Amino acid sequence: MNILSLFGRRSESASVAKNRLQILLAHERADDGSDALLISSLREDILAVVAKRVDIDPDAVRLEMDRSGDVTTLGIDIELSQSTRRAS
Amino acid sequence: MSNATVVVVTSGKGGVGKTTSTAAIASALAKEGYQVCAVDFDVGLRNLDLIMGAERRVVFDLVNVVRGEASIKQALVRDKKLNNLYLLPASQTRDKDALTEEGVASVISELRMYFDWVICDSPAGIERGATLAMRYADEAIIVSNPEVSSVRDCDRIIGLLDAKTKVAEDGGRMPKHLLITRYDTERAKTGDMLATDDVVDILSVPLIGVVPESRDVLKASNVGLPVTLSDEASGAAKAYTEATRRLLGEDIPVTIPEEKKGLFGKFFKGRAA
Repeated sequence: MNILSLFGRRSESASVAKNRLQILLAHERADDGSDALLISSLREDILAVVAKRVDIDPDAVRLEMDRSGDVTTLGIDIELSQSTRRAS
Repeated sequence: MSNATVVVVTSGKGGVGKTTSTAAIASALAKEGYQVCAVDFDVGLRNLDLIMGAERRVVFDLVNVVRGEASIKQALVRDKKLNNLYLLPASQTRDKDALTEEGVASVISELRMYFDWVICDSPAGIERGATLAMRYADEAIIVSNPEVSSVRDCDRIIGLLDAKTKVAEDGGRMPKHLLITRYDTERAKTGDMLATDDVVDILSVPLIGVVPESRDVLKASNVGLPVTLSDEASGAAKAYTEATRRLLGEDIPVTIPEEKKGLFGKFFKGRAA
């Protein structure tokens, strides 16, 4: 038994679970597979633009989507190696 | 001539209690005097026969019937205690691709003629077996544990019930009932487990029953008796009996029957763990 529960303090794991589910399901119900398509076309477009200026390894580009509440953020992570030079 | 109500018991996730619930509710309906057939759709991994204690009397199965190798009457196994309760077993040796949509349609429409209630035990997953189990249902019982992955999978199943069933394709809306199983009142009270209200809130499906985590469920499956027949005093049996009365249309408040506690358990209630 947790010492805190002696003082009537509720554990919060159930409300965390409820929140996570509500956010997840709101997205899943709306998801028609277009997110994955969007990400993959964005990835191609961004790669093409960056590759105009620097040599990059296509495998060293990471795109991440983070959905929390009503806000979706898109993170782009491009690794530039030591040997990266200006292309042309 | 009957015209059965066909109910699918489904969940998406495995191991939440679909088969236990199918057996318990089918038996409770039969105890009320209805002609009941429980159908196992878990082709390749059948277990409803075992839970209902009929495993040694299975001769033909659903796949034999679908393929015209046996008649429905030959394949039906009568319960050893209740003579108005029948099981249509799944095949253990084939896989789910052996089921065809037309075959299932004709089996269900024939069963509708003989019974008042047809309870379909869906396999886990969202593939062919699960979609065929729900395909011709009139109502759905969605079984969820108060746990995130189970609730998420139920949400997915609700989406399929509203899109891939005959009722939905004909422009109707399938009536759904939420059955929460393996519930632990103490843990929900301390906030360690999703409470029934949380799950109802998230899934927006009306509650038909809450089955407490109970040792009697395992004991019942050990001896091959649905829990509603093996131990009527157990919390799980009471919960299933209440759920069944709601399925029959009675308007009774949902309670969470307490698990029987020994003297020792009563004494130390809330002090354990």
